[in-house]
Amino acid sequence: MAELNKKSAKILVFSTEKISDPAIDMAGLLKLHYPPTVYTISIPCSSGIKPSWILYAYEKGFDGVFIAADGSDCVFGESCTEKTGHLVGKTHNLMKENGIEPARLRMAAICSVCSESFVKQMRTFNEYLLKTLHA
Amino acid sequence: MKKKKIGVYICHCGGNISDYVDVEKVRQSVEGEDIVFIAKTTMFACSDTNQRDMVDDIKANNLDGVIVASCSPKLHQLTFRNVSIRADLNKYTYVHANIREQASWAHSDNKMGATEKAIHLVKAAIAKARYADALETNKIKAKKAVAVIGAGVAGMKAAISLAEKNTEVILIEKEPFVGGRVAQWDSLSTTTETGKNMVKRLYSELTKHDNITILTNSEVIENKGSVGNISLKVKRTPRFIKASACHPDDLKRAIEVCPVEVPDEFNFRLSNRKAIYKNYPSEYPQIPVIDVKNCTRCGECEKVCKAVDFTEKEEILDVEVGSVLMATGFDSYTPEYGEFGYATSDNVITLPQFKRMIDTQFDKLTYNGKQIKNIAYIYCVGSRQTDGENTYCSRNCCTSTIHAAVTAKQKFADINNYHFNRGLRTYGKQEILYADSLRSGDIYLQSYEDGLPTVITEGKKTIVKINDILTNGREIEVEADLVVLVTGMVPRADNTIGSLFKIPKGRDKFYNEVHMKLRPVETVIDGITIAGACQGPKNIAESVNSALSAATKSYSILSKGELETDPLVATIDPEKCTWCGACEAACPFDAILKVEKDGKTIAEINNTVCKGCGMCAPVCDPDAVNLIACSSKEIMSMIDALV
Repeated sequence: MAELNKKSAKILVFSTEKISDPAIDMAGLLKLHYPPTVYTISIPCSSGIKPSWILYAYEKGFDGVFIAADGSDCVFGESCTEKTGHLVGKTHNLMKENGIEPARLRMAAICSVCSESFVKQMRTFNEYLLKTLHA
Repeated sequence: MKKKKIGVYICHCGGNISDYVDVEKVRQSVEGEDIVFIAKTTMFACSDTNQRDMVDDIKANNLDGVIVASCSPKLHQLTFRNVSIRADLNKYTYVHANIREQASWAHSDNKMGATEKAIHLVKAAIAKARYADALETNKIKAKKAVAVIGAGVAGMKAAISLAEKNTEVILIEKEPFVGGRVAQWDSLSTTTETGKNMVKRLYSELTKHDNITILTNSEVIENKGSVGNISLKVKRTPRFIKASACHPDDLKRAIEVCPVEVPDEFNFRLSNRKAIYKNYPSEYPQIPVIDVKNCTRCGECEKVCKAVDFTEKEEILDVEVGSVLMATGFDSYTPEYGEFGYATSDNVITLPQFKRMIDTQFDKLTYNGKQIKNIAYIYCVGSRQTDGENTYCSRNCCTSTIHAAVTAKQKFADINNYHFNRGLRTYGKQEILYADSLRSGDIYLQSYEDGLPTVITEGKKTIVKINDILTNGREIEVEADLVVLVTGMVPRADNTIGSLFKIPKGRDKFYNEVHMKLRPVETVIDGITIAGACQGPKNIAESVNSALSAATKSYSILSKGELETDPLVATIDPEKCTWCGACEAACPFDAILKVEKDGKTIAEINNTVCKGCGMCAPVCDPDAVNLIACSSKEIMSMIDALV
């Protein structure tokens, strides 16, 4: 199994229940394929992700972490974008301190119909991680 | 601590999952997990039979929780939470794993990869179930009132339905008059009632209900709160006409003397209207309006009509409701410049314009001063596009066109109808109209999307050509006095209201329901329902059906006057909290209080106000804040299972 999936990096996606989850579900519905080693954890809002979770994912063996952010669509308010950006910045600093390449954490706003955008993000992130970590 | 016992059910979903995921292998991979007491596969987890089996299993084995690995939780999480309740389990001990949209379908190209992923997803659900505690729902008082946005036929029907259920309704219409698109039509298909009469009848019903407030010329500009307690600010633009002093003859005179003329959107710009206007005499409310954007304040109307009052001021109204029902309708597709001769040929118009022509003309049908005899209808303009964005079928246009063609033939002499179509979709009872059209001698010519008809202008002549697939691809041309582009429904260009309520859109850019079959009028935003053509192309009957459905859904949310909300709120660890104020600053809902406890200043969560967004958690340096069901221990244990 691992042999078959060796061309896929392990990516943990933090996705939001109301906004990016529907897009990821729709990617499946449309049979838009992306690496099967992309795993999603649903949370209410992207600005509620703790940097410690992201660092823990690297510690346990994930190659990359992707935040499928609510952006301006967030149902909890417009401050989400700024707060998510802030926690990404904070995590990047912690990653540097821990010797982890900050580029292994990516974030993009994924709206509820951004299925193609999500799949494109996963494919390019996978390629980047394979090139930099598994070359 | 007693070890949990949970049941795991892995769904085949017919073959939707098991065609790509080896569900038996998933079952074998998880059955040995320490807290898994039962692990089963099932053909359809959502079937009544399986639900009964789950209830029996839970009761017979004293299970502490269950996991179903099946489709997206937005479809069936509620179903299985209810199974838990029926088995006397707390519904929050239920955990869902999505192995269809996020495994079998997403990786149908890689069955082994899909199976491996499904195993990890179920293991992550088990990790989460380990910490899934029994929780009590929060109960909040809910305002038994609904804001219905849009007073077209869907909005009006929904408002009446809600009012009959003893619910307060605020019907908010952006335009100065009610009726929406239906008010623009006289003759309707499959009924002898005109659009205007239908609007009149509905308006009459609206006014009989004391619990309906109609706000025209009004729009929502602010939205706060959440299901049960939604606070809206509504901007009400004045009509500049005093209803009490409104004498019909004076108003008629005021309209006559107004020197301003602007294109009449009600008439699809076929004619002009004045700056003080009513679209038609029996329009409701029966008070004209002054279009301040175009009014020059010349004062001519004031001289002849005492009802004109430019001192009226814009109002901002506070509206408190428990639910919002969106019925904001659609726009008609505007063809591109030159699309089938639109705007480049004198004889090319759209279907809505043609319908207004039929409604407003008598004896002879004319356009640009010329009598119309030969009419060419080009179907699917702006719908079923292979190159453009609108790939969907607009559903009602085939019927609407045939109805217009039949009406034109009945109303005016010497009309010949030529229908250049791509396959007709007059479904259901509407097929009768198609039969009427054929009997009356209408000609149908058909092409595929790669052989669309062409519109050619030769001098004053307009010719439509097609290679007709019904006559073996023979080239046929029609010299048309008028070319009618059958334009479909498109989403509103102005999405201000949708953005305000964060309503997700579908691939067709109309508002998106949670599930087209299982939850067809609900959105993912709790308490916001959708009705009518804002959700996608619909005819009047379909709009009314969805309006009644949405009204019932909004009512069912609020009917008890009390709402149960998920207790998935933030929690504070008083041992770790040192009160720095960061969480208070991060909270957009003012749900964090500064309190003194046991001689220590700490944060405390106001559970009735907290929305469970979690914004307070990452900003807490001592890591004293966690979200129930998304705590660090749960997320990290899921990461352990997924890696």
